[in-house]
Amino acid sequence: MNYRWDWGILLKDPYFSWIASGFGWTCAVAILAWIIALSLGSVIGVMRTLPHPVPRAIGTAYVELFRNIPLLVQLFLWYFVVPEVLPREAGMFLKRGLPMPEFWTAVVCLGFYTGARVAEQVRAGINAIRSGQRQAALAMGLTLTQVYRYVLVPVSYRIIIPPLTSDFLGVFKNSSLALTIGVAELTARSRQIEEYTFQGIEAFATATVLYSVVTFAVMALMHMTEKRTRIPGLISLEAK
Amino acid sequence: MIEVKNVSKWYGAFHVLKDCSTSVAKGQVVVICGPSGSGKSTLIKCVNGLEPFQKGAITVNDISVGDKATNLSQLRSRVGMVFQNFELFPHMSVIRNIMLAQIKVLGRSEAEAEERAMKLLTRVGLVDQAAKYPAQLSGGQQQRVAIARALAMDPFAMLFDEPTSALDPEMINEVLDVMVALAEDGMTMMVVTHEMGFAKKVADRIIFMDEGHIVEDATTEEFFGTPRSERAQMFLSKILSH
Repeated sequence: MNYRWDWGILLKDPYFSWIASGFGWTCAVAILAWIIALSLGSVIGVMRTLPHPVPRAIGTAYVELFRNIPLLVQLFLWYFVVPEVLPREAGMFLKRGLPMPEFWTAVVCLGFYTGARVAEQVRAGINAIRSGQRQAALAMGLTLTQVYRYVLVPVSYRIIIPPLTSDFLGVFKNSSLALTIGVAELTARSRQIEEYTFQGIEAFATATVLYSVVTFAVMALMHMTEKRTRIPGLISLEAK
Repeated sequence: MIEVKNVSKWYGAFHVLKDCSTSVAKGQVVVICGPSGSGKSTLIKCVNGLEPFQKGAITVNDISVGDKATNLSQLRSRVGMVFQNFELFPHMSVIRNIMLAQIKVLGRSEAEAEERAMKLLTRVGLVDQAAKYPAQLSGGQQQRVAIARALAMDPFAMLFDEPTSALDPEMINEVLDVMVALAEDGMTMMVVTHEMGFAKKVADRIIFMDEGHIVEDATTEEFFGTPRSERAQMFLSKILSH
């Protein structure tokens, strides 16, 4: 291979600041999307376990819609199609009024997509709790809302921390698709460096390392959360 | 206090309760027994509205359970229930389990709820376990905590759904002792159980169920003396034979 290595290029400007800002945008997209996913997914997941059929149906429809369309298609739908089908003024706002439309589109799209996955985890977590727990909580006079707030949700979240970790990692990795609508995040910036300097290996190696650093940090954070919220006496969680 | 009138219930096409009628007066202890699948648990879960029923009426303290307008949460807060699998909340310490509904449902202060919880833990002999978590206790201890948790709401009646069926034999008595003491204190109780010793000792009446029917509803002496139905005789001969 006839390749002229130059790791030093990564420390030169503007390339260093490209990588730095790209990394910043990646984190911004992923973290904001995760906040949407976690909140929305929790609500939808809970809805799918309620006794009433209407919220269940709404929850199911949401999950099936957002889970079954490829993420890239969803991104294009949000970016190119939604502003056109909305009433004229709302569409104009999305295209012109909103600062950084591609950034917010990526955040919302990724948040809604990941939300469907979180909803499935939450639903599975709640359904994993045997029905006697719900009955016991109702039997002592708690309202259904209180049963969820104090019993079902706190227990189910402890159960689903490991699968949620995967979704939290997924949101970071999937955020790279935002480059297709013009968000200058880490992958986009690496490609830009490659195009300007032909030092593609160094640029993408750096991106790889940065993605790995973040995902390892996320795994460590989730593992810590799991340990801290561990229920004393339950062997399955204590063994870790 | 508890009136059950002509109650029928279906799970889909399966007729689980067939025209059941009975009543429990204040301070009475009624034991419900019968083979598995006879509808015993379903019947007492209808009493506090955990299971809906399609026909008939149940009133508790003159409040109709089946009525849509009834505030079920309010009613349930005063009818204690103890389950076969204890159903303590695993993520809360023992004392928190007993305090939760006192604070959230009855609106008691933390201090009040804690004081009441400690008193009840003393009563069931577990005051030194207050800070532990349910999974760190034995089955018998967990069930005693569950009884304390129900009593903390100052219930006017208690429902027991096979409270000793999931316990090791050596732990059954510690739970039964608590229940006997409760009965002797004059608590109104409906108890689904196969513990005939307990029934003989404290029950005022025995209800025998089979295939969704209340086959017998007799005083304890009558039931153990000369049960009228053949089915009850057969059941008793099987469980009392050794």
